[in-house]
Amino acid sequence: MLLFFLAVTAVAIVRLRSLFAVVMLSGMYSLLAAGIFVQLDAVDVAFTEAAVGAGISTVLMLSTLALTTRLEKIPTYMPIVPLLVVVATGAALIYGSLDMPHYGDPEAPIHKHVVPRYLEQSPEEVGVPNVVTAVLASYRGFDTLGEVTVIFTAGIGVLVLIGGGRRQRRRSSEGGRGSTGGPA
Amino acid sequence: MRHHYVLHVVAKLLIPFIVMFALYVQFHGDFGPGGGFQAGVIFAAGVILYAIIFGLEAARQVVPMPLVRLLVAAGVLLFAGTGVAGLVLDGNYLNYSVLAHDPVHGQHLGIMLIEFGVGTTVAAVMILIFFAFAGRGR
Repeated sequence: MLLFFLAVTAVAIVRLRSLFAVVMLSGMYSLLAAGIFVQLDAVDVAFTEAAVGAGISTVLMLSTLALTTRLEKIPTYMPIVPLLVVVATGAALIYGSLDMPHYGDPEAPIHKHVVPRYLEQSPEEVGVPNVVTAVLASYRGFDTLGEVTVIFTAGIGVLVLIGGGRRQRRRSSEGGRGSTGGPA
Repeated sequence: MRHHYVLHVVAKLLIPFIVMFALYVQFHGDFGPGGGFQAGVIFAAGVILYAIIFGLEAARQVVPMPLVRLLVAAGVLLFAGTGVAGLVLDGNYLNYSVLAHDPVHGQHLGIMLIEFGVGTTVAAVMILIFFAFAGRGR
């Protein structure tokens, strides 16, 4: 049922031209995805999805809209090639998912590798009741450090591109650049 | 937003609870769902709500930009520094077991420190991005 709503929202996002409505719908999309994650017992992921997807990113998109325009431009060509690429990729993904183990299958490879050790040893080794925290912060500390560095880099990138200080703003308005170019 | 008294009152009531919930998620992440990332986002949401309701200038007085910029780096440094502390105390990088006499206590301490680093950086970056976007419009 949630998946059905998710699909309806996605189609509506594609069809609509008003970017304001699209931002609101993408917030709804994130909230529905969070609901699905809760159903899959992934509470931590759902928490993040609800906070980031439905909360912060909606606000950021709206403030971007305030800087740009509210209406999507009407495309001047028929997007045949992108459509073909999307259909081919989707078909390949569905074909790939046919070989996946069933949901909740205890014999699935992912449950055989390091998961038993995490589940059985983490109370003695780490002593943290929430296994997700134990894995994220302790067993996979390097990955989390990388994630934080990515967020740090994103913040620095925004700061450099659209600036927080007065000096940078004046320079970008004089030179007429600042919003163009540069990797995001 | 000067005349929206309902919004003002509701926001004033809500923001302390949002910040409190963020701190709860931050320091209770070992036991329940949550952790530094979620806590940082919730904290930033509280500040952003304040900025939307009471104006950007008021929010910048509460959370000054230089402080935000400092915190962006401080969080990553705290995380990486915890790793270096493990290195100095004769362990591997990011091995928290050597941080205290008891390995499990060391793990607790290390996880708390790095989660706090994550939360600091995430909250600061979110606030920074919002301030940068909102400040450009005027």
